[in-house]
Amino acid sequence: MIRKVFPHPIMTAVLTLVWMMLMNAFTPATFVLGLILGIILPILTSCFWPDRPTIRNPLKVAEYIIVVLYDIVVANVQVAYLILFRRNRDLRSRFFTVPLEIRTPEAIAILAGTITMTPGTVSSDISTDGKSLLVHGLNVTDEQETVTGIKSRYEKRLKDIFE
Amino acid sequence: MEFLIELLISAMIVVGGVFALVGSFGLSKLPDLMARLHAPTKATTLGIGGMLIASILYFAFIERTLSVHELLITIFLFLVAPVTAYLVAKTHLHKNRDRQDTAQFQLPPPAGTHKAGWATFNKSEKQSRTEIR
Repeated sequence: MIRKVFPHPIMTAVLTLVWMMLMNAFTPATFVLGLILGIILPILTSCFWPDRPTIRNPLKVAEYIIVVLYDIVVANVQVAYLILFRRNRDLRSRFFTVPLEIRTPEAIAILAGTITMTPGTVSSDISTDGKSLLVHGLNVTDEQETVTGIKSRYEKRLKDIFE
Repeated sequence: MEFLIELLISAMIVVGGVFALVGSFGLSKLPDLMARLHAPTKATTLGIGGMLIASILYFAFIERTLSVHELLITIFLFLVAPVTAYLVAKTHLHKNRDRQDTAQFQLPPPAGTHKAGWATFNKSEKQSRTEIR
């Protein structure tokens, strides 16, 4: 019964919060309306989300967000530096492969998004077996080092969160 | 105090503006499409981020009201920027599928020993399994 009303409890909470933020008013009225939307929308869209991802460690989520936010700032400065002060022919931009250890689709999606937002890398494709990501680097001098960096910094944390 | 806040707000706006400018400059300066993708996905993020922080500070300290729309804009931006980049990259790969002449268009094979392609070009294994059924 509870599973039928709340197929995705986290989504319900997020939708309610987003609605209250959109209204820019944290009053009981917006909370109730947000909650109604938060209950109806997951039920209507539940056929798109057959599985419910499990989040094992909520504290790690906060840690991950902070790490990624910090890296986004660093990435911005690095890319701005490359754009302004590096001649185009000195850029070593190319594709490389990142083998994946995580198997949860949600975790892979978050990892791909993170790779795009962080230093000098854009994720462009996933392999047919879902075991590696195709990543384009703007300035890759040591491919192995970049791959190990991604795996130890983001993939390990996502593995702790989802698996 | 008021002056300090205003100074901070102006600084955030200038920093944001500079990064947005650099991002747009990178779009025209970088050599090929994949490299160009890096500029708007990153440099512009901090550009808009800076301006949004300035906006939050302004409403919190000068207008004395809490505005959370900026936070939402940031979250939505972080959600859609990678998806846009992914779609542009996919289109680019398809357009240059037959051009293997330069290193720029040569894709490395996926990791692992058995045969698997990139999902843009090859059908995923799950898909073909359902087709057999």
